[in-house]
Amino acid sequence: MTGVGMPLRLRARLFRDAVLVALCVVALACAVVPLVWVLWDVVAVGVANLSLEFLTSLPAPPTIGGGGWANAIVGSVVVVGLAAAIGIPVGVGTGIYMSEYGANPLGRSARFLSEVMAGLPSIVAGVVAYGVIVVTMGQFSALSGGIALSLLFIPIVAITTQEALQMIPKDQREASFALGVSEAPTTLRVILPAAMGNVLTGVMIATARVVGETAPLLFTVFNSRYWMEGLDRPTATIPVNIYSYAISPFEHWHEQAWTGAFVLVTMVLTLNVAARTLWARRARFMAGR
Amino acid sequence: MTGATPEAARTTSRGSVGEPEVTSKVLSPGSPPSRRFDLARHLGERWFRYATGAMALIVVGLVLLVLQQLWVGSRLAWSEWGLSFITRTAWNPVTGEFGALPFIVGTLLTSMMALAIALPVSLGIAILLTEYAPRLLRDPLIFVVELLAAVPSVVYGLWGIFVLAPLMQQRLMPAIAATPLGRLPVFGEPGTGYTLFTASLILAIMIIPIIASLSREALISVPRDQKEAALALGATRWEATRFAVLASARAGIFSAAVLGLGRALGETMATTMTIGNRVNLTFDYFESGYSMTAIITNELREAASEIHIHSLVAIGLILFILSFVLNTIGRLILMRTRMRGA
Repeated sequence: MTGVGMPLRLRARLFRDAVLVALCVVALACAVVPLVWVLWDVVAVGVANLSLEFLTSLPAPPTIGGGGWANAIVGSVVVVGLAAAIGIPVGVGTGIYMSEYGANPLGRSARFLSEVMAGLPSIVAGVVAYGVIVVTMGQFSALSGGIALSLLFIPIVAITTQEALQMIPKDQREASFALGVSEAPTTLRVILPAAMGNVLTGVMIATARVVGETAPLLFTVFNSRYWMEGLDRPTATIPVNIYSYAISPFEHWHEQAWTGAFVLVTMVLTLNVAARTLWARRARFMAGR
Repeated sequence: MTGATPEAARTTSRGSVGEPEVTSKVLSPGSPPSRRFDLARHLGERWFRYATGAMALIVVGLVLLVLQQLWVGSRLAWSEWGLSFITRTAWNPVTGEFGALPFIVGTLLTSMMALAIALPVSLGIAILLTEYAPRLLRDPLIFVVELLAAVPSVVYGLWGIFVLAPLMQQRLMPAIAATPLGRLPVFGEPGTGYTLFTASLILAIMIIPIIASLSREALISVPRDQKEAALALGATRWEATRFAVLASARAGIFSAAVLGLGRALGETMATTMTIGNRVNLTFDYFESGYSMTAIITNELREAASEIHIHSLVAIGLILFILSFVLNTIGRLILMRTRMRGA
């Protein structure tokens, strides 16, 4: 391309073309380098201290060393499970309504407000759950954390369910109608099973999103050094532990924070990769949208 | 879609010639009920609609609940200071003096700096992925960029505390201060590593995936023939991209930036862990500051007096309104450009 006989101006334009491509590559590096860097540190520091004790025992005082985060792992699973138990029926139900019967004010406002809630700063969910449940019950609890997380869980599932249902070709619905099947069984028996893979993807993305959420849990589930005592009691969770260990003054706790981060990132990435392989089309909430 | 079709075909074929009894059951209401529990029939047409509608109502109710809670929980702050709460600079739990300005300024400064860093980077990524990257590399690269969004905020915060903040203090901030950039009034004397600038950098990393992904969508939706026409007229690839693609995708890119800014505003853990947490009304990026999310994180649990709690919730309400407005603007522009594209 850079022929000798080429006019000077054209050569300058081609040069600029090459420079801008190079700049785009630099931009990509600006995103990839921090990602690799963060993941590298999490793996390198985290794995070094990963042990069976970390996964199976209760926390030890920082001066003694050792100890583990087993209670936090259980706590996270329970709190996220609560969020899913509330979020899946409400989210999927809303998604079905928006997709199948949504051409009315309720459907349209549910859609708009789902978008609003998907952009809700996660700490606001925590403030609301704190006001509604913690203050009312008079104590921090796993339940309030699950409800706070469900506020973030519901809109993701609702929107992905709606989009999943609308991706099913009209012919399938019409074929079902032609066989004399009415609307509700068509949705439940034909459309929903056909879209099930994508609905599940939405659920997994939502789970991946809330399992790493910290801010809504700080003033809802609080923290605990013991095994979970009940849904109405304060509970340890992995993300809150990472935060409180990271800002503590103890070297040993800093190491454990990294190990906890490794466990958390492993969970989140597994869910994301699984969700991605399930959904052929790119799911919009993957990029945090 | 793929993989879903055979599943659906199996379901629809249940009523086809192979199993005539299902068809007849549907057609003649008097036929004996099937032994399988038929949830759909059980609920009935109407009930299914009402049940899902109830779920949609819950979603609507939840948003109202959020607003109501934020309003009720903050009313003491508004009745005490009115709208001047927003412009007051005092924050003293002992004397009961509260004002939101240092936090609003801290949030806006960090989010805008994050956007200023993330926007060109994201645009570069989007252009590279749509216009230049070989097909084979495209999907893996998209996946890698999206992984940035998957890493939890608290993990970025952890990394910020132990890796980025020391690096900022020892290398990056002195280096910037030594360049002509350092003479800008927004960059003062480098001191601690926990600064508005450190928080901005982390936020930038965190909002790159959303901006890149929405910009990519905007670039893709520009009709190919426009670019090809430009190429045919003798434009270089960059010229074609700039004049034919970028120019048409402006609205979409703008909405990407707005939504990215909205995301940065509400980001909590990474900011709290790196911004320095000092009540400090400053425009100097090399100083410690505070953000709206960080003050709530740090003080809501321990707040003792009623007015203190109400002031914190009032900051939450301001945060909610800011992010609501940005999200709505962003979504509206996005919807309009999507409709035009379709």
